[in-house]
Amino acid sequence: MTMKNNILGVAGVALTVVVLLLMSLPASAELRIDLLRGKIEPMPIAIPAFAGGGEGGQVGRDLAQVISADLESSGLFRPLDPRSFIQNVAAGEGPRFGDWRQISAQALVTGSVQTQGDGRFRVEFRLWDVFAEQQLAGFAYTTTRQNWRRIAHIIADQIYKRITGEDGYFDTRIVYISESGPAQKRVKRLAMMDQDGANHRYLTDGRALVLTPRFSPSAQEITYLSYAAGTPRVYLFNIDAGRQESIGDFPGMTFAPRFSPDGNRVVLSRSVNGTTNIFVLDLRSRKMSRLTEGSSIDTTPSYSPDGGKIVFNSDRGGSQQLYVMDSGGGGIKRISFGAGKYGTPVWSPRGDLIAFTKIEGGSFYIGVMKPDGSGERLLTRDFLVEGPTWAPNGRVLMYFRQGRSGRGGGSSRLFTIDLTGGNQREVPTPGDASDPAWSPLLR
Amino acid sequence: MLTRLIAVAGALLLLAACSSNPDPAGGPGGPLGPGGPGGPSGPRSGPGSQQDLASTAGDRVFFAYDRAEISPEAQQILRRQSEWLRRYPNVSVTIEGHCDERGTREYNLALGERRAQSVKNVLVALGIPAGRIQTISYGKERPEIPLSDNQSYAQNRRGVTTVN
Repeated sequence: MTMKNNILGVAGVALTVVVLLLMSLPASAELRIDLLRGKIEPMPIAIPAFAGGGEGGQVGRDLAQVISADLESSGLFRPLDPRSFIQNVAAGEGPRFGDWRQISAQALVTGSVQTQGDGRFRVEFRLWDVFAEQQLAGFAYTTTRQNWRRIAHIIADQIYKRITGEDGYFDTRIVYISESGPAQKRVKRLAMMDQDGANHRYLTDGRALVLTPRFSPSAQEITYLSYAAGTPRVYLFNIDAGRQESIGDFPGMTFAPRFSPDGNRVVLSRSVNGTTNIFVLDLRSRKMSRLTEGSSIDTTPSYSPDGGKIVFNSDRGGSQQLYVMDSGGGGIKRISFGAGKYGTPVWSPRGDLIAFTKIEGGSFYIGVMKPDGSGERLLTRDFLVEGPTWAPNGRVLMYFRQGRSGRGGGSSRLFTIDLTGGNQREVPTPGDASDPAWSPLLR
Repeated sequence: MLTRLIAVAGALLLLAACSSNPDPAGGPGGPLGPGGPGGPSGPRSGPGSQQDLASTAGDRVFFAYDRAEISPEAQQILRRQSEWLRRYPNVSVTIEGHCDERGTREYNLALGERRAQSVKNVLVALGIPAGRIQTISYGKERPEIPLSDNQSYAQNRRGVTTVN
């Protein structure tokens, strides 16, 4: 049995990863899902409770349940009902593949949990190709018990990656604006949760209007807009310290902040005397430099993943459209040319697409286009859908949808959709929600 | 259908009220409540107050969709506001710029700021010192009328002069 040790930091808690190889035979007919191939029949996968773990095995059931929910939410997998399982896989036991073929499982996940004396536990999992009767992946993780959800998401990402060839997106967080109250006096709070809705907490108390949060590349900080000082201003929130600070005392309104991919800068909009241009703030020196000029509205900037370019929206051409420029300013090129207005551009972490909000003919759309503006494709349309944010693998988008006001509606919820335009799902939040931002994979 | 008729009737009443005598019931600009400082902070009634401004001159002007230009009607209202401001030289104001919900969030913050600045520019051109006038944008965050129809949208696309 070959072993490979990796240490992953999990919010400062060490996580030991061991690769388990049992039967390293070359795979013949690969068990694969091709993500870009239109409508896909979800792969039937069996995920029995992980064996062991003490306390009646609850943590083993919980791990299996969170992994199943993650994989099911992608629309690519169909976890089979545990009540149909024939084999009861005990710790250390291998699969009886016939039992799993009988219930039409194509993939099988077996796992176990061992508590250690120091209060930590070791979680092992193996992914099996049921018909080829081969192990496809196997890892062991050792960490504190409180981290069990992180382990489940990390395992789900491993399974997703092995089957689709793409990085997963389950070990991530969402920061968003939680909304309550009547529309004229809406109370808005900064809120954060795991991408599956667990571990939800509020970061601000609602006394000041807050909008449009974004994660830093390390996911340790959030930048957002707050009216706490009266004038709308950009703030930084340190998640571990639970503290916010203003980025500085700059005249005018600062808003629409986003981190650079290296985390050293925040690009934002600044309004002075009715004109809104794009500026970049160096976080170490706290010096602000101008990137665009002219009496237009330039806003919602977003860096390319290599940090070399910025896409933004501007009405410099007479209507709200998308433009790309060098991240030092200059080289401004318009990339949107369709009828209607384009806003909220966000560059995919893969670099291959830009997602945006489009308003045309009285409807709102979420769409994608290539960075040169070609290949525009609209994914969803509604009365009001806005503010796409990319999952870190660049294959799924989250956005918010708001209903018409006044008919007991006007409610605002988060949704995800994949790049094919399918698998639209509501994201569970305790109340109304808007302005979502997806973290990178946690480290 | 009935709800829609009531909504339209309500909006028409408000429009009628605004053109002659602004509705003081909710307070001009609406109480902003939780969600941030803002709204009139000076005396609520009496000479030099928000109510005085609203009933004498009109405390708000309206904008076309996606635009920040001052219409002839708005120009009249702002002329009266400038006269009122000359009568009370110790009063300073904040112009709030607002948008309807048919735009994206950050663009609307910028558009609201542009609208507030448009109003300020007119008042300054009419002789009010710029130092007496601040601006703030609320984008689409504070609709006057929380309904999704064109009459309500027209009321929400506004620049409101609030007494500090």
